[in-house]
Amino acid sequence: MDFGFCLSPSSHVKMDSVDLTTFNRLKETNPDINTCIACGSCTATCTAGNFTEMSFRRLLLMLQRGKEDEAKKMIQRCMLCGKCTLVCPRGINIRKILLDITR
Amino acid sequence: MKENILIIGGGAAGMEAATQLQKMGLTPIIVEKSEQLGGHVAQWDRLFPAFHPAKDVVEKMLNQVKDVKTYLNTEVTDIQRDDNGFHATLSNNEKIDAKAVILATGFDIFKAERKQEYGYGIYNNVMTSVELEKFFRTGHDARINNPKKIGFVHCVGARDVKVCNTYCSKVCCTTALKQACEIKEVFPDAEVYTFYMDLRMFGPGYEDLYLKTQKDFDVKCVRGRVCEVSEDMDGKLVIKAEDTLFGKPLKMTLDVLVLMCAMEKNKSIDAIQQKLGVANNTDGFMQNQDMYLGMNTTAQDGVFVAGACTAPKSLPDTIGEARSVATQVFNYINNK
Repeated sequence: MDFGFCLSPSSHVKMDSVDLTTFNRLKETNPDINTCIACGSCTATCTAGNFTEMSFRRLLLMLQRGKEDEAKKMIQRCMLCGKCTLVCPRGINIRKILLDITR
Repeated sequence: MKENILIIGGGAAGMEAATQLQKMGLTPIIVEKSEQLGGHVAQWDRLFPAFHPAKDVVEKMLNQVKDVKTYLNTEVTDIQRDDNGFHATLSNNEKIDAKAVILATGFDIFKAERKQEYGYGIYNNVMTSVELEKFFRTGHDARINNPKKIGFVHCVGARDVKVCNTYCSKVCCTTALKQACEIKEVFPDAEVYTFYMDLRMFGPGYEDLYLKTQKDFDVKCVRGRVCEVSEDMDGKLVIKAEDTLFGKPLKMTLDVLVLMCAMEKNKSIDAIQQKLGVANNTDGFMQNQDMYLGMNTTAQDGVFVAGACTAPKSLPDTIGEARSVATQVFNYINNK
């Protein structure tokens, strides 16, 4: 019988149990990955981001907050045009990082 | 020209003003309430942005004022003014006559227990930035016992209407990143998080420090204010904050939490300030004449201000103001 009630799972990110394997692996070959200042330039210029939820800034956070599956889903939107790499003020080689994630 | 200039406060501002006034041929007299000169800087280990030992700077300053008449462990208990200038009575009952007064009384540290939600004074492993600096200086603190996870909370007692401090305390952001790097130096395997709202890296080399913090020291900067701290059964700290860039609340267990406490006005001088007729500004610091051309003068002729008694300031800011106040005092004495 459905009474219209349900249990909502906690929306907290439990940082104590987040698996950082992928992020740490990326960090070894791309030390720049740490230097993001979340300015959003990559997202604003993103060709795919104009039509989809693609956002590299957010993707980096997903990897650090235990949402690797969502990150990998998001990355499928990327067309590897490289505009994000051109605009990044920290000089992060975003295109390379995106490729490395899928490897 | 041997006029006495009374300087209340023997920190960076007081010492530097005395140095310059002496070079100008005036006679500065420093009255310091504590047992040593140097103020807060003398309690610091290293300075941002380049990890320069504070001791180096303090020793140079002390050396420059070694011939300046200085009263330690002494307070000004009364001050009167007449046509000949100022007449101060000290706590040792000595009397000083001076042609001008410089208030260089600096700041106090925000009392962290006032932000009860951070648990300072309730949970053992919550400490202040000042206490962490003491750990760097002395190497001892019972709370720091090979920590694996350390958090820093920015803006404790600053930008906070609830504690009546709406101002930014200016130096805590840079200090937090400096201390985050330093704790990584001591414990390279520890994870270090800072919880910020904005990172205000306002000076030369400060942005470089930020980049270094991210790249070389792998410090994780999370945008969001810690809202709640509690303790688990093992005595570890459980904190909650929103990752506002990610748009989700976070929960995390930490071994040590460091509170970046703001600067507040040093209120121990209030009675004398009132006698001199110097008002406070809306942030509770001393009111100078204006923030562009009158930063060292007050509404009262002959009463000058320098350093963090008018607003939170970094050490270079303070030294600049101390040099500038010396010029103002020199002109004041000469035009009379």
